Amino acid sequence: MSNILIIAEHADGVLNPATSKCVACARTIDDASITVVVIGDGIDAVAASAAQLDGVSKVLTSSVTADMQLLSAAIAPQVAEIAADYDYVFGPSTTFGKDVTPRVAALLDVNQLSDVMEVVDARTFKRPIYAGNAITTVRVKPDYKIVATVRAASYKAVGEQAAAPIESVSIDCELPTHTRFVNVQSGSSDRPDLQTAAKVVSGGRALGSEENFSVIYGLADRIGAAVGASRAAVDAGYVPNELQVGQTGKIIAPELYLAFGISGAIQHLTGIKDAGTIVAINKDEDAPIFEVADIGLVGDLFKVIPEIEAALN
Amino acid sequence: MEKILVGLKRVVDYNVRIRVKSDGSGVETDGVKMSINPFDEIALEEALRIRERGEASEVIVMSIGPSDAQQQLRTGLAMGADRAILLETADAVDPLSAAKAMKQIIDDESPDLVLLGKQAIDNDNNQTGQMLAALWQRPQATFASKIDVDGDKLAVTREVDAGLETIEVDLPAVVTTDLRLNEPRYVKLPDIMKAKKKPLDSKAFADLGIDADDAFEITSYSTPAQRSKGIMVDDAAGLVSALKDKGLI
Ligand SMILES: Cc1cc2nc3c(=O)[nH]c(=O)nc-3n(C[C@H](O)[C@H](O)[C@H](O)COP(=O)(O)OP(=O)(O)OC[C@H]3O[C@@H](n4cnc5c(N)ncnc54)[C@H](O)[C@@H]3O)c2cc1C
Ligand SMILES: Nc1ncnc2c1ncn2[C@@H]1O[C@H](COP(=O)(O)O)[C@@H](O)[C@H]1O
Repeated sequence: MSNILIIAEHADGVLNPATSKCVACARTIDDASITVVVIGDGIDAVAASAAQLDGVSKVLTSSVTADMQLLSAAIAPQVAEIAADYDYVFGPSTTFGKDVTPRVAALLDVNQLSDVMEVVDARTFKRPIYAGNAITTVRVKPDYKIVATVRAASYKAVGEQAAAPIESVSIDCELPTHTRFVNVQSGSSDRPDLQTAAKVVSGGRALGSEENFSVIYGLADRIGAAVGASRAAVDAGYVPNELQVGQTGKIIAPELYLAFGISGAIQHLTGIKDAGTIVAINKDEDAPIFEVADIGLVGDLFKVIPEIEAALN
Repeated sequence: MEKILVGLKRVVDYNVRIRVKSDGSGVETDGVKMSINPFDEIALEEALRIRERGEASEVIVMSIGPSDAQQQLRTGLAMGADRAILLETADAVDPLSAAKAMKQIIDDESPDLVLLGKQAIDNDNNQTGQMLAALWQRPQATFASKIDVDGDKLAVTREVDAGLETIEVDLPAVVTTDLRLNEPRYVKLPDIMKAKKKPLDSKAFADLGIDADDAFEITSYSTPAQRSKGIMVDDAAGLVSALKDKGLI
């Protein structure tokens, strides 16, 4: 039996879909017995969703106050304590998972396997290095607890099952006073979430201003897509940081990715290599993005977008 | 605060196109340009700005790596760091061992703040800072895009998936940098000359008594599946009909 513990990510009482991707990865390990641990405040609905993820055999809940649930210094000792009974600990390769999982690994005195993209066998994994320009196959020695983050874009969410049992645990760990949560600011919108959307419309430096970026939002809304951006567009202040796609932004795998005025730097392409269909619109016919685009169109985005909208009508 | 300790890892320059060796035994690093990990340059820049504002008095740069990592430390000294520490080893060092080595430096130097990059762009591990904070039992503020010093605490804005998160941490603490924290300065020629006289203390990593962790064995390196060039369409109407054919719109 391979006992696998998955750290649930959640916010505002909702389970993050990245948790489901971790379950999908864990299920590819032979003889897996999968437990999800949910730590936080007001987590009943989150635990209930986790219990319905196909392949989960148990959900553990541990309650900490809302101002602690995002702090790794508070959560990691709890996970490390529970992990004593497990062979594997998985977290998602989101900013939450990247923050907490290495802290768990250090408490367990092991290294972490970052961004697992494939399970070869129970102790052998594939992971990208050099911004995805090389893939390594890593074998982990026996009797070494495997702590890993799962590259969400490499896995599809699992289906639903009849709810697995939910158990609450109380862990005797001191909560830190040296770290205090202040707030999260997000430009929350009604648009689909960039990380899970089936379609994404993205804009680059070519948009030129925050005002001009409205043409990207307009097209996205017209086709029910999420909005993304290159680093150059974020750095220039056209859009908030959470829309950045790429090596240091979000790694996504939508069915359709439309890139307007993005040159196709390697760090940007790292974020979209698992996309189904990549469409590039760029006025420079030599832009590197055309080398990876399934459909390319040379043109001025400010002309092309209204034309696309007209053709859709 | 008194001291800031900054980690500088020597890595393949971010402009180099990485190639996997044809026998799958590694990536081609012979003769390629090596630089300070870009996130670490940002960490150093931030430390220097904090010192220049009078909120810290000394900036120490450290690296764990080969003798040639002296080049990156000298660059760090030329940017403005006061002194450097090299823990020399010819072997690759895993993040946990790197964190343990840094913890020993911390025990000697008692810094108030340790600034690291969020990830080294060679192995893309993104773990050393979090591990160090765990071993040190101190706060971690990862992916920082803004740091405000307020006496013996910091307010750190972090770039997270949901947007911008702010946390407050007591010093000493570990902070890891994201790209938008600042833009590192360029090194000027006279500073390179001055840097030659600044202290660079070199020790053998092997003397620290840390057993390098050999649990992970890389059995092969491969080139990722490449996407190939698709079709070009002439206009928006052609694009929309191609997408309709694929059932995407
Ligand atoms: C360590 C590191 C990490 C990085 N991480 C990321 C990351 O996560 N994501 C990311 O995106 N980048 C990242 N970058 C930056 C990356 O290298 C590029 O600088 C960035 O992606 C460029 O953005 P861009 O394509 O919007 O801008 P540019 O490269 O300036 O391209 C603009 C494009 O728009 C085209 N254009 C101009 N006007 C029009 C018009 N009217 N109509 C149509 N086309 C037009 C131009 O031909 C050009 O191709 C990173 C860099 C480093 C060093
Ligand atoms: N060998 C090293 N020497 C100096 N700093 C390092 C070393 N390894 C890691 N670091 C620091 O830790 C950060 C994260 O590295 P990593 O966890 O390997 O992605 C880097 O950006 C550096 O600041």
